[in-house]
Amino acid sequence: MSETRLETRGLSRHFGALVAVTGIDFKLAAGARHALIGPNGAGKTTFINLLTGVLPASRGSVLLGGKDITAKAQAERVKLGIARTFQINRLFRGLSVLENVYIPVAERMGAAPSMFYPAGKRTDVIDEAMHLLEVLRLADVARHRVSELAYGRQRLVELAIAIGLRPGVLLLDEPAAGVPSAESHIILDAIERLPEDIAVLIIEHDMDVVFRFAKRVTVMVSGAIFAEGTPKEIEANPEVRAVYLGQAGARARDHA
Amino acid sequence: MSASASSADSASFAARINHPAARALIERHRLRWWEALPWIAAIGGYFVFPGYLGFGTELLVAILFALSLDLALGYAGIITLGHAAFFGAGAYTVGILADHGFWSEPITGLMLAALVAAIVGFLSGLVLLRTRGLTLLMLTICTMALLEQAANMAHDYTGGFDGLPNLPIKPIFGVFKFNPLYNDTQYLYALAVLLVCFVFMRTLVYSPFGQSLTGIRENLLRMHAVGSPVRRRLIICYTLSAAVAGIAGGLWAQVNAYVNLSSLDLDRAATVLIVLILGGYGRLYGAFVGAVAYLALEHFLARIYPTAWQLGLGVLLVFIAMFARNGILGLGESLWRRYGGRRKPSATS
Repeated sequence: MSETRLETRGLSRHFGALVAVTGIDFKLAAGARHALIGPNGAGKTTFINLLTGVLPASRGSVLLGGKDITAKAQAERVKLGIARTFQINRLFRGLSVLENVYIPVAERMGAAPSMFYPAGKRTDVIDEAMHLLEVLRLADVARHRVSELAYGRQRLVELAIAIGLRPGVLLLDEPAAGVPSAESHIILDAIERLPEDIAVLIIEHDMDVVFRFAKRVTVMVSGAIFAEGTPKEIEANPEVRAVYLGQAGARARDHA
Repeated sequence: MSASASSADSASFAARINHPAARALIERHRLRWWEALPWIAAIGGYFVFPGYLGFGTELLVAILFALSLDLALGYAGIITLGHAAFFGAGAYTVGILADHGFWSEPITGLMLAALVAAIVGFLSGLVLLRTRGLTLLMLTICTMALLEQAANMAHDYTGGFDGLPNLPIKPIFGVFKFNPLYNDTQYLYALAVLLVCFVFMRTLVYSPFGQSLTGIRENLLRMHAVGSPVRRRLIICYTLSAAVAGIAGGLWAQVNAYVNLSSLDLDRAATVLIVLILGGYGRLYGAFVGAVAYLALEHFLARIYPTAWQLGLGVLLVFIAMFARNGILGLGESLWRRYGGRRKPSATS
């Protein structure tokens, strides 16, 4: 097993009396392809929010490359290499696709605070943004306003904004959510073509996606880790099947 | 990197940079031919309508003020109804310094106005910009109301309700005097100040910083998630916007040779917001079109219906809100796209 990129120790978050996430000990290896599954309300998105610093932890710690980053704000964690996508698109809707990607790349390259030369002067930023759009097969719509794209391609832009940050750890919150199944392969193809050294944690409900993509699966139930293992182990685990996989697993087999 | 790899890289680099989308972004800031029009009109107006130079000066000040608001509201999406706070801060800076005999040289006076307004913008921004939406809106009004009351109570310095009339502003460069009866000096001075500020604003909004402001406007939460120091950016933007508003206020005090509480009141803050919405926000030239439209309406409608001219303005605003969310310029743009857009713009470069 390779080195641990991201780790949590006893990570908890309470909202008043409501325990959203409790005592999570979790490890994400470098270059991991790791899926986080669990029923609705299991605390998966809260967990992501704790990892990215959107929410402060009530207890426990988050470590990146062995260093404690629990106290660091969201923007600092991004600089350290944690990027995420959102379950519901958060795009710069009025801007072009290229501008949507220019923004994170400029931010990462340190161009964004510059006031006294035109954005177009930074051809290094534009080059990288265009390159990213080519890789994600978005170059043909680079000039379009992002709100004009079909939803599936908007999901790709959602992904592009995160990849433009060149993260070491990428957290994908249901990347194919809301995408018609006929289009969902373009998202999955893009995810499968991500650079190998990125540690990817994906929240996903679609078990076909999970078993196709993930090398390792963690199951969350009621704010705690319920089981963890390879996809085969998880699928074979009778307790997991009982609480979660039951219907979805049956459905998957019906399709097969 | 080896030589062969870098030559292959540079070939694909060229291909990417020459992609139409990349070219559009690279050339976005270049001057278009029509951008000369407002300045030609302004200089033409000087010769064609010598009797309207007072009106023209007022117009130029209104444009500058609306331009400052456009940076905060149109580009960064900072919802404010208190921008007159900075206009007034600039106006009173010029007024108090001149009235008490400390400083009456106009150009440095404007710099001081910008500085004071920027300080007010920075300090209030530190507090205000923690909030959003209606809370932010209310707090901007509060800031302005506090300043207005302060100006009202500090009678010894500000003249209180009466303001400070007959400010002794020195001639520009020691040569060109402000003539209260014939506004030619004021007009050209205001035009020059507007041009300088406009160049600054235009540079700013097309810069990477300006791009990040539009990112904050379009999706604040996502900007946090790409590691942008959002609050710092907003405070810088608000401070710069306040500085330009302060210049507009200082200019207003200089060309009128007086300052009073109207420079700080809600009426002025609301008017500049209407001007910007009328013209179209987030596009620089909305300030020009909106100010011309508003002042022309005020000027001519008020002649026809002295008591109810604002009714006409209200009808126009309802129309804008229903059919032209992006103001007059936005309406023009979408009409152009629909009816004239098929003609590709010919290569101008």
